[in-house]
Amino acid sequence: MGFERPPYSRQADFGTPEVLSEQQVTLTIDGREVTVPAGTSVMRAVGECGGSIPSLCATDSVKAFGSCRMCLVEIEGMRGTPASCTTPVMPGMVVHTQTDKVARIRKSVMELYISDHPLDCLTCSANNDCELQDTAAEVGLRDVRYGYDGANHMGQADDVSNPYFAFEPDKCIACSRCVRACDEVQGTLALTIEGRGFESKVRAGQAEDTFLSSDCVSCGACVQACPTSALMEKSVMELGKPERSVITTCAYCGVGCTFRAEMKGEQLVRMVPWKDGKANRGHSCVKGRFAWGYANHQDRITKPMIRESVDLPWREVSWEEALSYTATKLNAIKAQHGPRALGGISSSRCTNEETFLVQKLVRAGFGSNNVDTCARVCHSPTGYGLSKTFGTSAGTQDFDSVMDADVVMIIGANPTDGHPVFASRLKRRLRQGAKLIVIDPRRTDIVRSPHIEAAHHLALQPGTNVAVMTAMAHVIVTEGLAAEAFIQERCEIDEYQDWARFVSDERHSPEVLEPVTRVPAAELRAAARLFATGGNGAIYYGLGVTEHSQGSSTVMSIANLAMVTGNIGRRGVGVNPLRGQNNVQGACDMGSFPHELPGYRHISGSAVRELFEADWGVDLDPEPGLRIPNMLDAALDGSFRALYVQGEDILQSDPNTHHVAAGLKAMELVIVHDLFLNETANYAHVFLPGSTFLEKDGTFTNAERRIQLVRKVMEPANGYADWEVTQELAKAIGLGWNYAHPSEIMDEIARLTPTFAGVSFNRLEAEGSLQWPVNEANPDGSPIMHVNGFVRGKGKFIVTDYVPTDEKTGPRYPLLLTTGRVLSQYNVGAQTRRTANNVWHQEDVLEIHPLDAENRGVKDGDWVRLASRTGETTLRADVTDRVAPGVVYTTFHHPATQANVVTTEYSDWATNCPEYKVTAVQVLPSNGPTEWQESYASWSEKSRRVARVPAE
Amino acid sequence: MDIERLTYMANQIARNLAPQGEAQATELTLQHLKDFWDPRMKAAILASDRSGLLPIARAAVDRLG
Ligand code: SF4
Ligand code: SF4
Ligand code: SF4
Ligand code: FES
Repeated sequence: MGFERPPYSRQADFGTPEVLSEQQVTLTIDGREVTVPAGTSVMRAVGECGGSIPSLCATDSVKAFGSCRMCLVEIEGMRGTPASCTTPVMPGMVVHTQTDKVARIRKSVMELYISDHPLDCLTCSANNDCELQDTAAEVGLRDVRYGYDGANHMGQADDVSNPYFAFEPDKCIACSRCVRACDEVQGTLALTIEGRGFESKVRAGQAEDTFLSSDCVSCGACVQACPTSALMEKSVMELGKPERSVITTCAYCGVGCTFRAEMKGEQLVRMVPWKDGKANRGHSCVKGRFAWGYANHQDRITKPMIRESVDLPWREVSWEEALSYTATKLNAIKAQHGPRALGGISSSRCTNEETFLVQKLVRAGFGSNNVDTCARVCHSPTGYGLSKTFGTSAGTQDFDSVMDADVVMIIGANPTDGHPVFASRLKRRLRQGAKLIVIDPRRTDIVRSPHIEAAHHLALQPGTNVAVMTAMAHVIVTEGLAAEAFIQERCEIDEYQDWARFVSDERHSPEVLEPVTRVPAAELRAAARLFATGGNGAIYYGLGVTEHSQGSSTVMSIANLAMVTGNIGRRGVGVNPLRGQNNVQGACDMGSFPHELPGYRHISGSAVRELFEADWGVDLDPEPGLRIPNMLDAALDGSFRALYVQGEDILQSDPNTHHVAAGLKAMELVIVHDLFLNETANYAHVFLPGSTFLEKDGTFTNAERRIQLVRKVMEPANGYADWEVTQELAKAIGLGWNYAHPSEIMDEIARLTPTFAGVSFNRLEAEGSLQWPVNEANPDGSPIMHVNGFVRGKGKFIVTDYVPTDEKTGPRYPLLLTTGRVLSQYNVGAQTRRTANNVWHQEDVLEIHPLDAENRGVKDGDWVRLASRTGETTLRADVTDRVAPGVVYTTFHHPATQANVVTTEYSDWATNCPEYKVTAVQVLPSNGPTEWQESYASWSEKSRRVARVPAE
Repeated sequence: MDIERLTYMANQIARNLAPQGEAQATELTLQHLKDFWDPRMKAAILASDRSGLLPIARAAVDRLG
């Protein structure tokens, strides 16, 4: 039998972007009739009917530019030879793409290009993956009449400053695809074409800049757009052309970009954003595109390890020994102290199937409901607030919806850093003219960036979100801007009237609240009016909303605001939490919270519980379990003794590090299941090595509720995918689990969870992705929610009032610290710190306003001591007016800084989501690391020792 | 369990629900404790002298037992 190997090839390029239009146009191309949406280019129409026109300056990620003259065609009734990339189709058009005349022109254009291009194809990194080569072949170039000795651009210096890609100007054909990609796709505008005609040259930033020193954020869009090797991934230069590719999903953030993992055997060569990915539409950021080197970093642990106590060195053991040791201990603790002494933490980085298994292990195996997840520390208030008001614990829109928004309100989110690919789409919409309102204590990049200027930036005092939201509601209601018809039809009227009366009270007016919020009343009024009257209003929010003592109240007040303005249930509007980690939505959906089973159903409901009991063949505890902070409290009083932590580093990510450390130390058995010996592992007794997203099958659910497949591209270096590790542990404690593949776990999820009823791996393979709910009413999923009424029936206004946090500034701690993240690093940085991304962010720094800095004698770059009542740390100061006087800001990506040493145990009243965004601190000059940093560093080194076993 | 912390938590819940009116807030606080507190937390607050609780929180805890 013949066997045809699918050759590696680039994803199809239609030359110009897809056009969405109701109107269809039919034309004839080389005798073939084709129908395409009106506004489509002739070039794209040719591509869609299976043809191909040689082209150099066109690619379907950017608008056509018409500069290379390679794509000329003849059109009956039109004079000359129009460029097919810039000519829109017309009804009845008759196009000839391959005539003698165009062939001649194309060939001579090609000759000009080639006469100024190095002919080292055989040793070029783009060899066999180069559009210049392809085009030369297409036009049948055989000879270059001009010779190669004329004026040319060879011998220019390469720019290798970016850690992930190189710029070789000799190979540049000045097609400007990179420039347009940076402008249109990414929206950073870092590149320009300098000079004209033959002198044209691509430049990053200003004259003296390199790619690294320019504004470039290393998203890779230009590299992707470049037709030659002028912009090329260094990994391809080193490893050569990939031989196969697998479509998978990024494991970094909640945008959930789809990538093609391009492989050479078991070696990943590059990650290329997949154009058909519905979350990213062919775009990416530096993390997913380039920062995958951690997957086989030397620090990765691939063998299980155990130790009797945390001051002993680790001992490498076999999987059998590690599992039976762990199981024996778990069973003994359970026998002696009861099931409620055991618990687990699932990971928002792991797949849905893996988190489902962790909660199943805890509920069905340990016999308690002590399961929690890191969403506790980020978006738990979202689940609480949105379920109370709308009836679902998730955002209402898909990302595409932003293209129909007229007014975008961003609250406590920094999308250009936290959710870069969504931010690029948002920026495109803003450049088209949508208005922007930013509510954030800090002047984030989106407030003012190329061609974008927020209409209003409300730089509120940290901790006063609810006051600002209530004041906006006050303006809308008292000025008669409420969407009465929407409210009458869709919301509970009694509740609305109570709420409207409450917010109308004079004490909620922007003027009265101004001393509290520090937002000028006139500015707040203007913003509220704009939101209520500016057309489709969409709200996007992040951790600056949730990580407060009133996180849940703020989420509810946001929901109120969306309802009172009628901005729910169609495209262009909605309430959209920007989720942090890749699968934080999924981890919540999968029942990782101690009070609810998968699908957000309370454990006390006997019908639901019985469903699971019947399926799993066990009795379940009907009482809610402990949340992470309560687990730590309970550990200190001895009633909680064993913890299984999958893929989370609670010591670094949870507030008040000292408290976390004390809680972990008090436990008898801490099992850490992770890629690296993370900070939590310093207090662990068992280390089970984990696998990366490249090494397993499963699904992630992004911030749009979009369930997407993660596909295994290489074998797990540790021997098992994470779901298999959990399964082995379950078997070891006596559960008869027998899943052969994650698809079987998804089948179980679908069987037990109505919102997932229609989800299966086969369905996902066929559709690419599905947005839950996928059920009988919505068999193809639900891009937009609450279209025909709210999930809970009628929308419910809930009265929320500003309750000041108990974390107060005073003479000892006069400044307010708020925390956040940067683009190049991810969460606690366990992965990104182990990549070249460190060139952009080597350490956490403290942003401080010039006035506060001067008062303290602190200069830019000085070491400062940052102290709160819980602890202190040192880091370098960045003196900037991005923050207001009285406010300081830092990130928590590096363990050496341990920013959470200073954060407090205050938390959201409803969910205990920690109050990371407000800590009263003092900042003083300092000479270097604090005692805690030093003693922690030495302790941490000590507790990471692995005993060297002499070879037998 | 650290009773001071539990008292603080119960009071914080009550303070945030208070704007909904006393009767409603008591009802909601009670439901909140039932829905989200682990048995040992409920037992600990029931066993405490409840003197540090705000009126709404106290009324809710009284009804929890
Ligand atoms: S990597 Fe992205 S930001 Fe940098 S120049 Fe290219 S397109 Fe622009
Ligand atoms: S670097 Fe590449 S994409 Fe940019 S102008 Fe040169 S050839 Fe075109
Ligand atoms: S935006 Fe998020 S999902 Fe997309 S590549 Fe970057 S980190 Fe990955
Ligand atoms: S591809 Fe049309 S002019 Fe370059």
